[in-house]
Amino acid sequence: MTDTAEADAAPAARRGSGLARWFNRRGWADLTIATPYVWLTIFFLLPFMIVTAMSFASRTPTSPPFSFGVHDSFLNFENFARLFEDDLYRRAFLISIRNAALATLLCLLIGYPMALGLTRVSRSARNILLMLVILPFWTSFLLRVYAWMGLMGTNSWFNRLLTSIYNGLVPDDWAIRSIQMMHTNFAVVLVTVYSYLPFMILPLYANLEKLDLTLDEAAMDLGSRPFRVFLDVTLPLSIPGIIAGAMLVFIPACGELIIPGLVGNPSQPMIGRVISDEFSSARDWPMASAVSVALLFLMVGPMMLYSHFEAKAQEKKAMEP
Amino acid sequence: MRATAPAEPVRTSAADPAPFIRIDGVSKYFGTFRAVENVSLEIRKGEIFALLGGSGCGKTTLLRMLAGFEDPTKGRIFIDGQDMTGVPAYDRPVNMMFQSYALFPHMSVEKNVGYGLKHERMSDAERKDRVREMLELVQLSQFAHRKPHQISGGQRQRVALARALARQPKLLLLDEPLAALDKKLREHTQFELMDIQHKTGTTFIVVTHDQEEAMILSDRMAVMDKGEVRQVGSPTEIYEYPTNRFVAGFIGSINFAEATVASISGDLAEVEVPSFGGRMTARAVPGLAPGQALTLAVRPEKLAISRERPAAGNAVRGVVSDVGYFGKDSLYKVRLPSGAVLSAHSANARRAAEAERVATWEDEVWLCFDPTAAILLTG
Ligand SMILES: Nc1ncnc2c1ncn2[C@@H]1O[C@H](COP(=O)(O)OP(=O)(O)OP(=O)(O)O)[C@@H](O)[C@H]1O
Ligand SMILES: [Mg+2]
Repeated sequence: MTDTAEADAAPAARRGSGLARWFNRRGWADLTIATPYVWLTIFFLLPFMIVTAMSFASRTPTSPPFSFGVHDSFLNFENFARLFEDDLYRRAFLISIRNAALATLLCLLIGYPMALGLTRVSRSARNILLMLVILPFWTSFLLRVYAWMGLMGTNSWFNRLLTSIYNGLVPDDWAIRSIQMMHTNFAVVLVTVYSYLPFMILPLYANLEKLDLTLDEAAMDLGSRPFRVFLDVTLPLSIPGIIAGAMLVFIPACGELIIPGLVGNPSQPMIGRVISDEFSSARDWPMASAVSVALLFLMVGPMMLYSHFEAKAQEKKAMEP
Repeated sequence: MRATAPAEPVRTSAADPAPFIRIDGVSKYFGTFRAVENVSLEIRKGEIFALLGGSGCGKTTLLRMLAGFEDPTKGRIFIDGQDMTGVPAYDRPVNMMFQSYALFPHMSVEKNVGYGLKHERMSDAERKDRVREMLELVQLSQFAHRKPHQISGGQRQRVALARALARQPKLLLLDEPLAALDKKLREHTQFELMDIQHKTGTTFIVVTHDQEEAMILSDRMAVMDKGEVRQVGSPTEIYEYPTNRFVAGFIGSINFAEATVASISGDLAEVEVPSFGGRMTARAVPGLAPGQALTLAVRPEKLAISRERPAAGNAVRGVVSDVGYFGKDSLYKVRLPSGAVLSAHSANARRAAEAERVATWEDEVWLCFDPTAAILLTG
């Protein structure tokens, strides 16, 4: 008798209260799904909508310094028109994108062999090396940029070393006193590469580490030499990692404010600085918003188009007999 | 009929003047761990050779050394007379079908099959023809444009086979080729594999831990244990004439009993088997001496079960302690007075109701076996 009583009590206790029951049955699954949506809505979608709305407003000497419907229509397209008319914005976009693209390419060229190397060393060495990749993050980003400023300055040992190497290589009448590194695009790209390299290495590593090494062996078994194996197997299978790493470097590098501000050429416009100047010194919030929105569409647009067509192509291929 | 064959059908490998593949005293150590220990094998051209053994006995390691992914710690491997020492995987006339298939996920079935042909000196048209031919061979022509993740496991396995065969290798290595398939598909594919082997004439080395698969597929097989080869022979030789206890016990089921040699006369030996309660006659093996301790082994299907004492042969009396009915045959567990339990299989050749069967629980029965059916194991 007691046996059956206990047996009955156990499942009841397991079922617990209504809330616990809901949590176990549906709640956990729903909450996991809801978390990213809630977060992205509050911290991305809403702010982005505000910025988008603001980009259609007009600048007014009020506080906040914008209002809607100042011109004939409620929406003001003037800001976007200026993006195309004013050479400053076009140049800012071009220079920023060019620098960011160059930095991304260099990060890829340096980061790929590093990530690949990380997957091929012993497990213990791998953990240490991964730690070292992340280690620069433990010092302040600003501090690292200042360190580079020190290194690139005309009187630094680094600059003098490079200068003497250069002078040693060229005829005497080409000799120079120092190399102008600071306030150049070179400096911007160099410091960007240095700062963003881990963002390239880590996703690449995560991708490469998952690759099945028997695929390499299979390719080698079928007659491919090691470099051919890399081209045919490793490289194509690491494209998702390359895309992830490139985006993680390219997108923030495009809007980067601090690096071009500190080591870049002050007479050259950069998107980051343009946005910042419009907001703070010019107090033209609508224009700053328009630049931001344009930047976002410039970044995200091609990406969304790409993934859209990629998915379409995949589907079509799968349907083929 | 097989029972009249010589008791010790040793195939002297020296009889083959030039074996196609010669594995010569090969060992592979990982640190101090001996994954493969002093293996010597000779494999003939065009045969299906099976490597059979339990998990971790070194089958894959041996295969990887043949493919060139692993260098032997000791010994040498010859393929078609060529010493393979130092020859990298991509230069060997060998292709491998991987246990996990290792299909390139980013390439279509067609591209996978044609991958190895990129390095072959042939025209694009020839290449295309070969791929088509291979896909036809494995009956996958209609899936040529699919990616590996869009086809079933059995189809993937056939793609892997087609890819490995496309370069027309001299030797094809198959690492547990059928392990991932369900029983039905596996049986079907076993025959497909044999058919393909006959069509192409390629030498196959098949790794498996499934003894039935090895028996069905192979012309000859090697049974491995802890990195060592314990016996090499045809499936019949391995099954009917095991040379040691490990092989006898690994393949099929078998009854073992400790025995001592009492006397030897001609090709028969009298052995004292205490657990059987007396002397048994068995076919002698070379090098027996009276007084020698050995193991007597009898396969369950060689034990005939009857209610009356049979006129001839070895007979043991016991009580049926368990009956298992499998449809086509029945398994009887018979407890002997000594406490030992013997298994006997008998085919249910007649249609009989339960009550009409030869024996049932607690029946007293006789188990009888022919001297030629008894195996004497000294190792
Ligand atoms: N790279 C390696 N380093 C250390 N030990 C290894 C290595 N590769 C294999 N071994 C060991 O060698 C032994 C044989 O391995 P192998 O893969 O050849 O076994 P197997 O016979 O193929 O087994 P299974 O049937 O489970 O596939 C195993 O005990 C394994 O742990
Ligand atoms: Mg294995």
